[in-house]
Amino acid sequence: MGIWNKIDGDRLELGGPVNEAGPSGWSLTRRPDGIAWLVLDAPGLSTNRIDAAMLTALNDILAGLEADPPRGLVLRSGKRSGFMVGADIAQFRAVSDAALMATELAKLHAVFDRLEALTFPTVAVVHGHTLGGGLEISLACRYRIALSSAQLGFPEVQLGLHPGLGGVGRSIRLVGPSQALPLMLTGRTLRAPQARRMGLVDAVVEERHVAAAVRAAIDGKLQRRPLKGLDRALGSGLGRSIFADLLKVQTAKKARPEHYPAPYALIDLWQKHGGDFKALKAEEIGSFSRLLVTPQAQNLVRLFFLREGLKGWAKGGGAIERLHVVGAGAMGGDIAAWCAYSGLTVTLADISPKALGGAMKRAAKLFDRRHLKGKLLREAADRLIPDPKGEGAAGADLVIEAAPEKLELKQKIFAGLEAVMKPGAILASNTSSLRLEDLRATLARPERLVGVHFFNPVAQMQLVEVVRHDQADPAALAAAGAFVNRVSRLPARVNSAPGFLVNRALMPYVLEAMVMADEGLPLEAIDEAAERFGMPMGPIELADQVGLDICLDVAEILSLGLKTPLPAVPDWLTVKVKDGALGRKTDKGLYAYRKGKPVKRPVAKPLDDRAVDRLILPMLNACVACLREDVVADEETIDGAMVFGTGFAPFRGGPMRYARERGVAEVVAALQGLEASCGPRFAPDEGWKALSP
Amino acid sequence: MDLAVACGRPLLLRQPLKADAFQQVVLGCVNPIAEEVNPARIAQLRLGLDEATPAYTVQRNCGSGMQAIDEGRRLIQAGDADLVLAGGTEALSHTPLLWPRTAVDWFARLNGARTPGQKLLALLGLRLSFFKPVIGLEKGLTDIVSDLNMGQTAELVAYLFDISRADADAYAMQSHHRLAAAQTEGRLGEIEPMFAANGTAYDRDDGVRPDSTLESLGKLKPVFEKPYGKVTAGNSSQITDGACWTVLASEAAVKQHGLQPLARILDCTWAGLDPRIMGLGPAISSANLMKRQNLTLDDIALWELNEAFAAQVLGCVKALADAKFCKDVLGWDEPVGAIDPAKLNLDGGAISLGHPVGASGARIVLHAAHALKQRGGKLAMASQCIGGGQGGSMLLEAV
Repeated sequence: MGIWNKIDGDRLELGGPVNEAGPSGWSLTRRPDGIAWLVLDAPGLSTNRIDAAMLTALNDILAGLEADPPRGLVLRSGKRSGFMVGADIAQFRAVSDAALMATELAKLHAVFDRLEALTFPTVAVVHGHTLGGGLEISLACRYRIALSSAQLGFPEVQLGLHPGLGGVGRSIRLVGPSQALPLMLTGRTLRAPQARRMGLVDAVVEERHVAAAVRAAIDGKLQRRPLKGLDRALGSGLGRSIFADLLKVQTAKKARPEHYPAPYALIDLWQKHGGDFKALKAEEIGSFSRLLVTPQAQNLVRLFFLREGLKGWAKGGGAIERLHVVGAGAMGGDIAAWCAYSGLTVTLADISPKALGGAMKRAAKLFDRRHLKGKLLREAADRLIPDPKGEGAAGADLVIEAAPEKLELKQKIFAGLEAVMKPGAILASNTSSLRLEDLRATLARPERLVGVHFFNPVAQMQLVEVVRHDQADPAALAAAGAFVNRVSRLPARVNSAPGFLVNRALMPYVLEAMVMADEGLPLEAIDEAAERFGMPMGPIELADQVGLDICLDVAEILSLGLKTPLPAVPDWLTVKVKDGALGRKTDKGLYAYRKGKPVKRPVAKPLDDRAVDRLILPMLNACVACLREDVVADEETIDGAMVFGTGFAPFRGGPMRYARERGVAEVVAALQGLEASCGPRFAPDEGWKALSP
Repeated sequence: MDLAVACGRPLLLRQPLKADAFQQVVLGCVNPIAEEVNPARIAQLRLGLDEATPAYTVQRNCGSGMQAIDEGRRLIQAGDADLVLAGGTEALSHTPLLWPRTAVDWFARLNGARTPGQKLLALLGLRLSFFKPVIGLEKGLTDIVSDLNMGQTAELVAYLFDISRADADAYAMQSHHRLAAAQTEGRLGEIEPMFAANGTAYDRDDGVRPDSTLESLGKLKPVFEKPYGKVTAGNSSQITDGACWTVLASEAAVKQHGLQPLARILDCTWAGLDPRIMGLGPAISSANLMKRQNLTLDDIALWELNEAFAAQVLGCVKALADAKFCKDVLGWDEPVGAIDPAKLNLDGGAISLGHPVGASGARIVLHAAHALKQRGGKLAMASQCIGGGQGGSMLLEAV
């Protein structure tokens, strides 16, 4: 431990010692200079959030301040992790009464309004996560001072919502619609300097200057950024109408209104009421409440908890600090780069200097895409150590093998690793097709072998399958899960089985698309059908992205290892692979590619909903089979893994959720219909019977 | 600095040492860049070593890297440390340019121009500001006391010890051939590959020209003293970038951590002489060391004598065999003797591999240790000349 921690170098500036907090976590301390510091440190929580109890307590404190006004008020979080992150999302679950919700929201608005109406200057000092309701409460203060660690944004759109605690009205009033609306529509997070340029915060300071900056704000010495001329023009009804149309066109490129109504509701809200702050703020309540009860929002809210569930089984445990990756190919190299980016010290071993060079180049690109500069770039690059002689294995806490998918090769690598690895270190394989039972056969200590299956591209795919075989040490699995959390990926627990969960569920979808293509349906129409359902990418384009060679491999492994029939692989696909048309990576696959993008013709005649079923239902069928075979423990894991691992229509909440919403009986009937017309591959899995209807 | 990190990481990776195991970090560097005034400390922290370990940079011109190792040796000998990380680093490509960047670009354009029209266009780009003087590499390689640059000091040694152009070229050719053989036969185990952000893997020094012949070297014009000089770009060391680290440990530390030593450092001497003939420095420092350790030439199995200039290496060999030099300068009754060419710089040297000044001293010590292991023998001498008129020698013993 360095001296920094010993002298508490990261302490927060709270103007001095603070008084003891009340039960809701608020503590108010009046300083001799007349400034009152109001600090929130919610008991028992890692982050502060906005809820009714905390606002009720705040309301009482505000009453006291009105009665005996200080020279100024500072609002700050007492938690290192950040300022505040908005509402407790658990409260959004299973809300079905929009009118009741609106009534409750109006009460919360009243507290925010009271804070805003204080007669003395108020300053929110924000650091770390300042999101959603956290940002909204800061907007009810007169000034905002951000620490450079601050991350500000309105993530509500990701939950199928828009801000509902006055954030729509106040952010538009403060920085103008031309900046505030895109911020809310994209849900993107701003760094402090960006927020300063936008005018969302009035100053960016370091911790050591917080007290001085607060005094400057209270003395009226902070310069507020004036609104742009454009934003004044957007105040008119005509201006709003033009800009709203423009925003809708932009939004439509990302999300369809029937899938994601929230952004459109936000644009409409502003278009109608943007000329009148009070009306806008009042109407925000109703619009928010109506969105919250939509199935889309409810599914997205549930998704938030699925994410927490994936993370939750492997919390804590920061034991993995040194990672050794064997194999600098596409997967190994990118895993190493991602983990170095995420703060681990990583050695990357490969006997080929060329492969290592290629991996270092891709790492440099990743760091650049993630906007690493200066100190952060240097540190990330220093953490990634090319290791041609494999010397990092001896000191590693975790070794991930990402060598080519050949059993004997992997076993040989394992033998070399076992000889040098630390006793407590974990051995993981990134294999997607070999059985862990075979891989462990030659190990002296099979219990420390686990599967850690990343998806390509590593930097974009959030899911990692943590694979258990029946001799695996639970502690090794837990540590592997904690490692996945540590590198900001989501660990899904699966049992060893061909294709695990994600590939097994995806293959029928991709292969069915091949069969449809074989029947002469246009590729673009097949993709469109899947996209219409809500998939981020159609199966044809997906196959090209994954690589047709990999698809063939996985298809073969699945058809060898599973009893369930799969669609037959068309001969022309095998020929394509032989000819080296492997998909996007070779710029030639099922589609032709230009600048890394597929060349698609417009869809003349969209396919019907039966075609959508042909693509989607086999995926559901495979998921149910995985559940029956105990590849995964529960429906929540399936839904989380499929959404975060394949992008399965998030607003539908995942394949199992979709089956539930459509009705188990109805899905089974649809499968039987397809079985009759298309063949036995659609026969409903036995597992459907075990599902409650 | 990236070089020092890139070569330190694999070294530390294979040692069973914790981040706080070292008591001192010493790094030799002649030209720290403006942003990195104490490179030792920066390298130490970037290597992930403990913040509580102190680190300092030493500068004895071309002797800096060897100086760093000598510092570590002395700290351990005095009982002040058990483990020291010592080395050298130099990025001569990063020393400030003699010409502003704009002028360099202009030169590049002019140089690249093929047709008369292009040449004219390029010439028109000339600006007066290009001639703003900048202190740079050339200044660093000039001795201000004698007002001679290093190449001129080699001309003097060649003249005084009667080294011909042909001798120098032949020596240079041999350096290239020996390095090429060492590279293909895997005798440079101490070299770690580097990977550039653009994906290029550099697994060896690329200055080697195995196809060098007397004829090709003979075509080069003298660079320092035209038209009659003997020192050319071909028979001088190459100005390059490089870094080197060594782990120095006391006997107790070797046992405690289970380290596997390459060699034992027995002694180190430094000598001073007229800066105009700085190239003879290693002859003096080596002879002094031999006298102190009571050694004859036969006792020493391998020699590294840093190849600053071919004429300077050959001058040292001649000087040690020269009765008058040995008597008048060294005070020896008999000549020290002629170093057997079959013991000297067997795997090439700075002429073929490059001379990153602050790193070279550490590199030749490390290579001498490796060569002892590979070729057998008891003692190896690593020696070098030092701009400004000094010599340094370090004696290693096989373990």
